[in-house]
Amino acid sequence: MLPRRGRTPEEPAAFEKGFNVTTQPVVELTGITVEFPPVTALAGVDFRLYPGEIHALMGENGAGKSTLIKALTGVYQTSSGTITVDGAEQRFSGPGDARAHGISTVYQEVNLCGNLTVAENIMLGAAEPRVLGGLHWRKMRRLAAQHLERMGLDIDPGSSLDSHSLAVQQLVAICRATVGDCKVLILDEPTSSLDADEVESLFAVMRRLKADGVAILFVSHFLDQVYAVSDRMTVLRNGGLVGEWATADLPAGELVKHMIGRSAQVLESVERGHDAVRPDAGEPRLQAIGLGRKGSIQPYDLDVYPGEVVGLAGLLGSGRTELARLLTGADRADSGGTVVEGAPRKLHTPRAAMAQGIAYTSEDRKGEGIVDGLTVRENIVLALQAERGWVRPLPRRQVDEIVAKYIDQLGIRPADPEALLRNLSGGNQQKVLLARWLATAPKLLVLDEPTRGIDVGAKAEIQKLVSELAGEGMSVVFISAELEEVLRLSHRIAVLRDRKVVATVDAEGTTTDQVVELIARGNVAEGDAA
Amino acid sequence: MTTTLSERATSGWVSALRPDRRYLPVLGTLAVLALMLVIGGTRYDNFLTPIVYSNLFINNAHLIALAVGMTFVILTGGIDLSVGSVLALSTVIIASLLQAGWPVAVVLPVAVLTGSLIGLAHGVMIQVFGVQPFVATLAGMFFARGLCFVIAPESIPIDDPAFTALAGWDSWMGHFRTTAAVVIALAVVVIGFVVLHYTRFGRTVYAIGGGEQSAMLMGLAVSRTKVLAYVVSGTCAALGGLLFAMGNRSGYALNGVAMELDAIAAVVIGGTLLTGGTGFVLGSLLGVLTLGTIQTVIQFEGNLSSWWTKIVIGVLLLIFVVLQRALSLRKT
Repeated sequence: MLPRRGRTPEEPAAFEKGFNVTTQPVVELTGITVEFPPVTALAGVDFRLYPGEIHALMGENGAGKSTLIKALTGVYQTSSGTITVDGAEQRFSGPGDARAHGISTVYQEVNLCGNLTVAENIMLGAAEPRVLGGLHWRKMRRLAAQHLERMGLDIDPGSSLDSHSLAVQQLVAICRATVGDCKVLILDEPTSSLDADEVESLFAVMRRLKADGVAILFVSHFLDQVYAVSDRMTVLRNGGLVGEWATADLPAGELVKHMIGRSAQVLESVERGHDAVRPDAGEPRLQAIGLGRKGSIQPYDLDVYPGEVVGLAGLLGSGRTELARLLTGADRADSGGTVVEGAPRKLHTPRAAMAQGIAYTSEDRKGEGIVDGLTVRENIVLALQAERGWVRPLPRRQVDEIVAKYIDQLGIRPADPEALLRNLSGGNQQKVLLARWLATAPKLLVLDEPTRGIDVGAKAEIQKLVSELAGEGMSVVFISAELEEVLRLSHRIAVLRDRKVVATVDAEGTTTDQVVELIARGNVAEGDAA
Repeated sequence: MTTTLSERATSGWVSALRPDRRYLPVLGTLAVLALMLVIGGTRYDNFLTPIVYSNLFINNAHLIALAVGMTFVILTGGIDLSVGSVLALSTVIIASLLQAGWPVAVVLPVAVLTGSLIGLAHGVMIQVFGVQPFVATLAGMFFARGLCFVIAPESIPIDDPAFTALAGWDSWMGHFRTTAAVVIALAVVVIGFVVLHYTRFGRTVYAIGGGEQSAMLMGLAVSRTKVLAYVVSGTCAALGGLLFAMGNRSGYALNGVAMELDAIAAVVIGGTLLTGGTGFVLGSLLGVLTLGTIQTVIQFEGNLSSWWTKIVIGVLLLIFVVLQRALSLRKT
C-alpha cells in the first residue's frame, strides 16, 4: 500500500480563494482506491469537480490519472471509496452507463468509426432521430449540423469521417460527447496530436461548453495548455493525491515539483549537458544524398556525424517523419542514395538499415513500435534477437541481464520484466521501445517523437538519455513537435516545410524565434511565388 | 451545397452523377458487368435477349440470398463458411419433411429457422467464446453437411403439390419471366438494403467493421449486432436453400458444395472489403449477376469447359482485390 497523501490544511483555503464553493460539486470522489493486486493503482484519492469549471488532472505517467478517469466512468471497479454525482452516490457499470448519467469521455485516440458519416458518428447510439422505426437521415444530418455549428465546425455532416483531419475528428468526438444531457466532459489528452491552431479551436470549444455550465475534466501533458485553459487542478503522484489548487495560485515550477516529487534539476542538467558535448569532426556516419520519394518528401541531403544530435524541426505534416522513414529504410526511396561511413549502402528495408547499425523508433508507438501483448522482457530483446536470427536464441541469462540493465538504467516502471506491455503507461512503453533499440547498440538512432504524450519526468529522463548517448559517440536524429526541445538537445537542426528541407542551421546561437521564422519564411516565399 | 455527398449516401442510384470514392468499387463492378454484356452481345446474336436476363436472375436466385447474408457478416469484418452447407441442409429438410407429409406452411418456416439457429450458434461461439469466425463457421459447415447425410444420404424429389405450385409460379412482363424464387431473392435484397441503411442495427454493422473497439466506446450494441449478423447470414442461407429447392424440385445432401466461396466471391467482386466496414448489398447483387454473366458467356461459347468460369472468376476476383487495395492505399 502506498502512503495516502492527505490534503494539507492550507490548501482548501487557497482553493476557496480561487473558486466559488457554495455550489455543490457535480462529481465528488472520496477516498477512491483501485487495486490490481499486488499493485495499488489509486490509494484513497479525493477529487471534486464543479459545474462550469475546467479542471486539469495533473501527474506523471503512472500517477493514476487514467485510473481515476476509468474508476469514475465505471471501467474499473473501486475497492473502496464513494462516487457521488449531483449529490447521489453512483456506481457506473461502464462508459455507456456513465454517459447515460451525463458523464462523457473523449479519449486521446479518436474512438469513432471513420467509415461512417460525420452525422452518424455524432448521433448514432442514443440520440438518432427515427421515422417509422428506421433512421431519419435528413433530420439526423440537420441535428448533427446544429451540433457542429455549436462547436464552430463547418463541415458537411454527410461526409465520411475519415475524409477529415485528425483535429476535426477529435472535435467531432467532443461534439458526440456533448449531444444530449452532458454535465461532465472528460478530455483525456485531447491535444496530443493537434497543431497549435487546432488546440486553440479546441480551447474555444471548451470555453463555450464551460460557459454553458459543463464541468470539464482535462488531462494534458502540455503545461502551457493547462495554464491557458484550466481554472483548477488536482495533482496526483504514484497513485496518491498530492493536492488541489486554483491554477492561478500555483506557479508552473511548483506544479512540476508536485508532479515529479523532486525539483526540476533533471531538466536543467540536460541543458548543461548540451554545451559540454560537441561532435567530433571527421567522416559522417550517415550521408543522405538527394534522398527522396515522390509524394512523400522532396530529395534532400543530410549528414549525421558521430556523437551528433541532428534535430528535425517543422510543422505537423512537413515531412519530418517521411524524412526519417527514408533514412531508415522504413519507406523505400525512389531517388538518391545513402552513404554509411564512407561506403554507399542501399537501405531498402529496416532490416538492411539495422545491419548498418541504424535504428528507428516510430512516432506511432502503438501501431509500429511496441508489441503490447508481450512482456517487457520480450519487447526489449525483440530487435536484438531479430538481429541474431531466430535459430540462435539468446541465452536466458544474457536476456535477463540485458533486461535488468535497461529497466534499471531507464527507470522503467513497474520494474517487472514479466509485466505485459499494454499495462504500462505511455512513457514507460516509450522507454521499453528505446531499450529495445539501445540493446542492439546502434550507431545511429532515429527517434521520431519519443517524448510525445508522456509526462514531464519521463520526458526529462529521455532527453537526458539522448544527450548522454550522443556524448558516448552515438549519432541521433531527433524529431519532436516541440521546438524548444529540439533546440535544447540538438547540435544541428534541419528545418522542414511542405515536405522539403528548407535549411540546416547550427543549434548553438539559434533561438526558437529564428527557427519559427525559418519555417514561416518559406511559406511566405511560396505565397509570393504563387 | 445543393448536391452534397450526404444525399447520395442514402440514395445509391444518384451516385453515378458524381461518384464518391465510397461507391467506386461498386461502379467498377457495374462497369465490368456492362462490359461482359457488351462482349456477349457482340459475339452472340441472341445474347442480349430478355430470356438471358431472366435466366440470369432465375438461375442465381439462391446465390443472391446467400450473398446478401454474407454481406452482413463480411461488413462486420467476419466470414461465414457454412452457408453452402446450410443451403444443402435446408433443401434436405424441406424435401424430407414434405415427403413425410408435413404441410408447406410448417415446413418452410422450420427450414428457415434451422438456418437462423445455426447462425445464432455461430454468433454465440464467436462473440461469447471468442472463437475466430473462420473456425466457428468452418465447424458449422461440417456440422450442417454431416447433418444432411444423417437425414437423407440420397436425393429426395419434391412432389408436394403446394410446393410445386409455389415453385412453378411465374409472371411475364413482356418477354421477361419472373419466378417466385426471383421475387423472394429480390425481396431479400431490398430488405437487406433497408436494414443496413435505415436501422440502428444496420449502421452498427458498419460501425463494427470500421472499428469494433470504437463502436463499443460509442455505446453501440456491438455484441448483439455481431451475433445478429450471423443469424441474418444463417437465415439467408436457409432461404437460399428454399430457393434452390424451388429451382431443382429436390433436396440433396450434396447441394451447394463450395457455394460459400461463390457467395464470398460475389460479395468481394461487388465491392465489399473483407476487412469490413465498406460495401453495399446492391454491390453484392451486382457481384452475383457478374458471376452469372460470366457463366452465361462461357455457356454460349459452347465448346469451352465450364471450368473456365472458375478461372475467369478467379482472375476477376484478383483484379478486384488489387483494385481495392490500390484504392485504400491512395486513401492513406
